[in-house]
Order: sequence, then structure tokens, then C-alpha cells
Amino acid sequence: MNEKIESRKPPVATTGIIGWLRINLFFNWTNSLITIFVIYCLYQFVPWILDWTVFSADFKYNYLGQQITNQEMCSRNLDPKNGGACWAVIYVRFYQFIYGFYPREEVWRVNISYVMLAIALLPLLITKLPYRKIFLNFTYIFPIIAYFLLNGGFGLPDISTNKWGGLLVTLVLGCTGIALAFPIGVLLALGRRSNLPVISMMCVLFIEFIRGVPLITLLFFGMVMLPLFLPEGIDMDGLVRVLVAVTLFQSAYMAEVIRGGLQAIPTGQYEAARSLGMSYWRMNFQIILPQAIRISIPPIVNTSIGLFKDTTLVIIVGLLDLLGIGRGTLADTNWLGLSYEIYFFVSLVFFIFTFGMSRYSLYLEKKLKTGINMGAD
Amino acid sequence: MSEESIISLKNVNKWFGDFHVLQDVNLEVKKKERIVVCGPSGSGKSTMIRCINRLEEHQEGSIIVDGIELTGNLKNIDNVRKEVGMVFQQFNLFPHLSVKENITLAPIWVKKMPKAEAEELAMRQLEIVKIPEQANKYPGQLSGGQQQRVAIARSLAMNPNIMLFDEPTSALDPEMIKEVLDVMVDLANGGMTMIVVTHEMGFAKTVADRMVFMDEGKIVEEASPDKFFNNPESDRTKLFLSQILHQ
Repeated sequence: MNEKIESRKPPVATTGIIGWLRINLFFNWTNSLITIFVIYCLYQFVPWILDWTVFSADFKYNYLGQQITNQEMCSRNLDPKNGGACWAVIYVRFYQFIYGFYPREEVWRVNISYVMLAIALLPLLITKLPYRKIFLNFTYIFPIIAYFLLNGGFGLPDISTNKWGGLLVTLVLGCTGIALAFPIGVLLALGRRSNLPVISMMCVLFIEFIRGVPLITLLFFGMVMLPLFLPEGIDMDGLVRVLVAVTLFQSAYMAEVIRGGLQAIPTGQYEAARSLGMSYWRMNFQIILPQAIRISIPPIVNTSIGLFKDTTLVIIVGLLDLLGIGRGTLADTNWLGLSYEIYFFVSLVFFIFTFGMSRYSLYLEKKLKTGINMGAD
Repeated sequence: MSEESIISLKNVNKWFGDFHVLQDVNLEVKKKERIVVCGPSGSGKSTMIRCINRLEEHQEGSIIVDGIELTGNLKNIDNVRKEVGMVFQQFNLFPHLSVKENITLAPIWVKKMPKAEAEELAMRQLEIVKIPEQANKYPGQLSGGQQQRVAIARSLAMNPNIMLFDEPTSALDPEMIKEVLDVMVDLANGGMTMIVVTHEMGFAKTVADRMVFMDEGKIVEEASPDKFFNNPESDRTKLFLSQILHQ
């Protein structure tokens, strides 16, 4: 009992920075080798990209201190040794990238719409927002306000949609497409599972037809054929025609995604709701859809991100979205050869929006999971 | 006799495809009567009680519940469902709603009850099933026995005249069966009309007014518990009882 115990070395650290490094980066020799290789690649790549995008880049002035007005004045075209990005093209064309050809004296309308969009998204993003109900009501009427504000009416001069462009068109198409396609998709999904053969047949036909056709075809259809279906004398706006096509396309995909969620709901949920005397719509809106949509959040966001990026296809039918403006700028002799800068900028803007959506979906999943064990029945 | 019946099944037939699940089923249930239905699996006992609130459609014969005949008429079906509560083997609680919301949902939306009143009602029902402290939890956080008691409270909140139980204890761990059966015994003593599909013979002996034994889609024997357990008429019943009581 009285033997002296030899003192031992402290155990290998498993906590703190050292412990983290040991477990995650240098666990065994393959792991260490990969870590070293990745560090080497980052060492080669990161300084170069930082140098190109920031340290050696021109923002407004070139290295001689002149304000850049065309590609010849870019530092890298004056002296290849000073080769960084020439962001001046974005600076000079910024207005077009954000507003298209919207008249400058009316641009406040677009700015207000952007601000209102941000406010409309607030109650969706922050569930603990004070006065959330009032904000939500604003979210519902926002599209109507934005429509009149951007398009004209109530004393505001009309701005034809062919003057719209850049981020404005991208956001209008993306947001409207996603927002309208969701309820239509829900109805189509319910319809497809309906016991009434006429309704389910119609939904199946619609979904399969729209899904079986490329978006570009639908865009052409919207542009060329939709006017043929309208009564004579009614001219549908070009942007609206494209919106119809985009919404139809997205709603078919949304329907299938939500149907997937519906199929995961056990029949017992339907029976319990029925046995309590709930009607079909009550049952679906209170019991079935909240659960089905919850499990479908990842694919819903997935198709929404897909649509947001697919809006760039409208360039085919002559609308100038963000990418369209970029390509237009590239074709300008003043800015020839600046494709890196322009595509980098366009990608960055798209990335910011899609990354935001994907983070939002993660947040939703996390929030909705708390306290609920969907597996238990 | 037929006048005082609250549930009346006459020559009910039902097929699943070629399978004849219910064959000329006749059953009369009086007000406040407690019926226990038993029989081997696949004998049609669940199907029969599911026909009573039209979760299944019967194809021939007539089912009259509280004076309302069950037909394709959706309004009639909704009216019957308001009268008839049902408790399922798998509880079927709504997992995205809290216990309290599970109970208040139907009173608020189907009976148009004000929210505060419905919540008070929910708490009263939870007292009856002896778990008022679980009101704000979600079903996934409760044990099976607690979930089944919430399911009973949810049905009772609609103030039904008739309660149907479809093997309410079959999905429970043995030590939780008693807490659910106790609630059901209380309910029976309170005068509720009940049809219970179960293999809990102890429960049947204490509460049943009448035993119904089904096999292969037919009602084979209908008797008082005393006669049913001690002196059954049919050989099929004897065989079933000998199997189930010698476990």
C-alpha cells in the first residue's frame, strides 16, 4: 500500500488547439501527408489569388493614377508587369449590372424595391422578430407594391420591362419564380395524389410534360407561343411571358419534391386526422403538409437554387439579366478582354445569393428539428 | 332492441381485392355498452371497427351510427366522425405539434372552439389521462404509454359518444400497458360506449358487457364475458382461448 508510484508522462492532449490538430490534421501518416499537400496548394494559390483580386488590382485608378475609362487604361494592359484584375469595368458599368437600362431619374424606385425586398425577407429569416405578424403582412403585399413601383402606375411613369436588366431582372425572375412556384407545386403535388382520377390525371400530365421539356424550350414557348393563346389585342409583356414559363417549370419540379415529402408521411397521420373529423384541406394544411414540407426542405432549397441560376437562360430570349449585362459589356470594344473580371464578379453575386439560400435552409432544418422526433410514431 | 342501438351493422360485406374480409357481419351495440372484440390476426376485427368511422368503406350491407347511415355522403361521414373517437395501435399523434396542440387542434378547427377554451379543455383531458405535466412536450419526447394516453385525451376532447380502440396496447412495452388500460377502465366506468379490439383478456373480464369473437371475417361467437371465458360454444373459440390464455 505504501509503494511509491512512479510519476508518468501526461496523457496525449485531445483537447485544445494541439489536440484538435492532432485528431483532425495529423492523425496518422496518410492524414499528415494530405494535410501537408493541401497546405502547400493553399500556399501556392491563396497569395496569387489575393494579389490578383486585391493587391495588384485596379479599382478606379490605374497605377499611373489615371481614372480608368476603357480597357487600354488598365494597368495590366499598359504594363504587363503590373498585371492584376481591372475592376474598373465593374465600377464604370456598376449601374447597368444592378439596374440594367432603368432611367436614372427613376432609379429610386428600384432602390426602394430592393430595400423593401430586404424588409419582406426579414420575418422569414428572423422568427423572433418583434411585430413579426405585421412584417409578414407586408411580405404578402410586397409583390403587388413592387410591381406597381417598378412597372409604373398610380402617377408613376411607366417603365417598360425591356429597360429592366442586370440584378433587377435576375431577382425579379428568381424571387417571383420561387415564390409563385411553391404554392402551385403544393397544389400539383396534392392533385397528383388525389383520389379523383380527372384531377390526378391532369396533374400528372402537366408535371410530366413540363419536366420532360428543357427550360429553354419553355422560354421560347413563353416568348413565341403564349401570345397566340391570348385574346387578340392583349399584348403580354415580355418579362411576364418569361415569368410564366419559369414559374410553370419550377412548379413542376417543386410538385415532385413535395410529393416525395408527402409519401414519407405514414397513413396513420391521415387516419388520425380523419377520425377527428378534419376535412381534406384542413388535414393537409394542418397535419400533412407541415410535416411533408419539413422533410422536403433540402430538396426544395436545392431546386430553388437551381432555378435562381437557371434564370441566366433568359439571355436566349433577349432579356438582359446579370450575366446578360456582363456579356454585353464584354462585347463593348471599350472593355474587350476583361472576361475574367466580369465573370468573376457575376459568379460572386450569384454565389452570395445561393450561399445565403443554402445557409437559410440549414438554419431552417436545425430550427424545425428541435424537440421533434419525426421518427417516433 | 334495434331502437336503442347506437351502432348497428347489418349484413356488412367487404372485400380487399379477392379477399373477403368481412362476411355478413351483424352487430348491434347499445348506448353505454362495452364490447370487446377479439380473434386471430387477419380475422377482420380491425377492419370492422374501422368501417364504423369509415376509415374503410364497406361494400354491402348497412352501418348506422347514432341514427346516421354511412354512405358515400361526405357530410354524413363528417358527422359520424364527430361522434366517434378512435384510438390507434400506433398512437398516430401529430409529431410536429406539442401535446397540447395535438389535443386542441380538432376542437379549434372542427368545432370552431375559441383557443383559450380549447386549451382549458385540453388540460382537463390531460388530467383525466393523468399526464397534465406533459402538456408542452412533443410526442417524440414521451414514452409509448404516455403517447397512447395523449391519443385518448385527443379523442376525448371532441366529446364523442362512442370510442373505438384498435389494439391500443399492442405496440406498448409490457410495463406501460397497465397505465393505458387503467385510463380505459376509468372511461368505461364513466359510461362511455366502447368497442375495443384487444387481446388483454384481464381487461375484457373486468369491463366488457359483451365479448365478440371473430375469425375469417365472420363473427363466430357473441356472449357475456362469463359465458365466453367459462363455457364457449364454438370449438374455434375454445381453441383460440386455450392458445391465448396459456401464454
